[in-house]
Amino acid sequence: MAETTTAPRPVVATHGLWVVLPFAILCAAFLYPLFLIALQAVTGPDGALSLAQPLRVLTTPAFWRAFLNTIEIAVSASAGCVGLGLGLAILLSFVPFPGSRTAARLIETFVALPTFLVALAFTFLYGSAGILNETATTALGLAHPPVDFLYSRWGVVLAEVTVYTPFALRPLLAAFSLIDAAQIEVASSLGAKPLRILRQVILPAALPALLAGGSLCLLLTVNEFGVVLFIGAKGVITLPLMIYDKAIQEFDYPSACVVAVVNVALSLGLFSAYRLIVARIGGRHAGVV
Amino acid sequence: MLTIADRDGAASVAPSATQAAEVAGSSIDFEDVTVSYGGTVVLDRFSLSVAPGEILALIGPSGSGKTTALRAVAGFVRPASGRIRIGEQDITDIPPYARGLGMVVQNYALFPHMRVDQNVAFGLRAQNADPALIATRVGECLELVGMSSFARRYPAQLSGGQQQRVAIARALAIRPRVLLLDEPLSALDAQIRRNMVEELGRLHRDLPNLTVLYVTHDQSEALTLADRIAILRDGRLNAFGPSRSLYQAPTSRFAAEFLGRANLLPVTVSQLDADGVLARVRLGEHSLSVRCELQLAPGHGCLLCIRPHALRLADLPTGNGFRATVETALWQGDTQNVTLRVEGVALNLTVSPSQAMPERGSAVWVDFAPHEATLIADEPAHG
Repeated sequence: MAETTTAPRPVVATHGLWVVLPFAILCAAFLYPLFLIALQAVTGPDGALSLAQPLRVLTTPAFWRAFLNTIEIAVSASAGCVGLGLGLAILLSFVPFPGSRTAARLIETFVALPTFLVALAFTFLYGSAGILNETATTALGLAHPPVDFLYSRWGVVLAEVTVYTPFALRPLLAAFSLIDAAQIEVASSLGAKPLRILRQVILPAALPALLAGGSLCLLLTVNEFGVVLFIGAKGVITLPLMIYDKAIQEFDYPSACVVAVVNVALSLGLFSAYRLIVARIGGRHAGVV
Repeated sequence: MLTIADRDGAASVAPSATQAAEVAGSSIDFEDVTVSYGGTVVLDRFSLSVAPGEILALIGPSGSGKTTALRAVAGFVRPASGRIRIGEQDITDIPPYARGLGMVVQNYALFPHMRVDQNVAFGLRAQNADPALIATRVGECLELVGMSSFARRYPAQLSGGQQQRVAIARALAIRPRVLLLDEPLSALDAQIRRNMVEELGRLHRDLPNLTVLYVTHDQSEALTLADRIAILRDGRLNAFGPSRSLYQAPTSRFAAEFLGRANLLPVTVSQLDADGVLARVRLGEHSLSVRCELQLAPGHGCLLCIRPHALRLADLPTGNGFRATVETALWQGDTQNVTLRVEGVALNLTVSPSQAMPERGSAVWVDFAPHEATLIADEPAHG
């Protein structure tokens, strides 16, 4: 019997082409400016490539103070966001009370607010002439305002915690809503008290969300500019503020570019670490690692 | 109490008097328990006693309150009124973690981030048991359910049946007084479900002191496993009794129709035997003899309940039968299902596949043994 064969349909190799346009836009709008910043950072006054400029900036005490401030504030604020977000998420998810849904929505609206607005509100609340200090000095007859934390790094941290807690809260609420209620009930029937259930059943299930929220907060707080500027804490210079100072106030663009490169490297490093952790934790939780 | 041993004829595993005393603390008593959700009563003045060491199946249609009853024992719903006791202890106000009960649910609810052995050890760790005891008990329980070789795996690496075995091992590891099973097999496919029913039966033979409250909507699971069955309807206890007698002599139309297939024929009592065991009833022109456990008087209308397998086709009139017309006859592999019509009522009977299939539209004689049918009070059919 004669065999009939059907010629394979020609495959048009177009599957790679559709990425060209988005990639071109990405390069033009994002990668090229970044490249220019990086190039500026390593370009000497004579136009030649040189490491003199980066070495000069990176060896100044001011840079290291800003670097350490950035890390310290970001880590503290992120820890605060995760802690507060976790507490709120547990409260809103597992201790239902009248108006809990409204409370959750209200907290989430903070995401929509400009960050500096919170700093401004803090000034009205906790500033030296703010409501709290005015009330305290009038009521207690004090000569000086008793609450004096706002213009320190802890004022910045508190403002950032207020602004960014919803970014940790949201993924936690989503993760908690996905936890099988039967797991909690079975754990309870096996003799586990609420704290043990929280520690051994709920938190492990929410760990990827906790890491995701925490990492997002860390990224956002590392790059936070508005809050730090508006609080105006004495001696609290972070990397974004240093870039602003160098570029806008001192017109020292090469130095600003060096600091900006460090800031971008820090952000990308944190992001890579976050992806790595989520991949490992996520895989383990799926029971496949 | 009808025990597993009674059912299986294995008297050697029946709880002894000493064992009965040991397990006396594992009875479950619902005393007038009412549970309501937002004003809707889902369990209405429910009273029931589960004997120590028995398997009691709670069955009923969706919304009948069977799962609510189980969750009330577990402590996850709080009765609006009434009390629940385990043994002599009133557990109504005790939090779930202090009740000492094992629970297995439909979707297994294994902790996905823990290995099999960690899942099984969870309850013991929660009770701060000695590590050596935990290791021993975990090994025993996994062996009991045939999962020893899967101890280091994660739940996601197991099949549904394996996950259910682990869930059972986890519940048993704490040596519970009572095991609560909430539709534990409904997520499994038919073949695995049949195997698991057999395994649960074996498990209870190995642990005869364990009291099991088994919620299911599958009447065949209930009939296979349970010593006694409680049928719930609209939050109330509709029928209750030993599995076999409840099946053979259902006490209500609802119970007859819910627990297996039943033919229900409207009849009139014509005569009661002197001993009160049998009655003669009229079905159209036919006079039939049937077991009677109701208080009835001649002239009383009621329903004759006959299971399909209790009816037999006959070529000639017999002493206890009636004439019917064949409507359909379906061969179903291991059985043949014949639909007949008598006095305007359709009824089913099952016959052996080797028996000659009756012609459609032909008239046949059907008979039954008086003790294989029963009379039940007429009431509106359920849903």
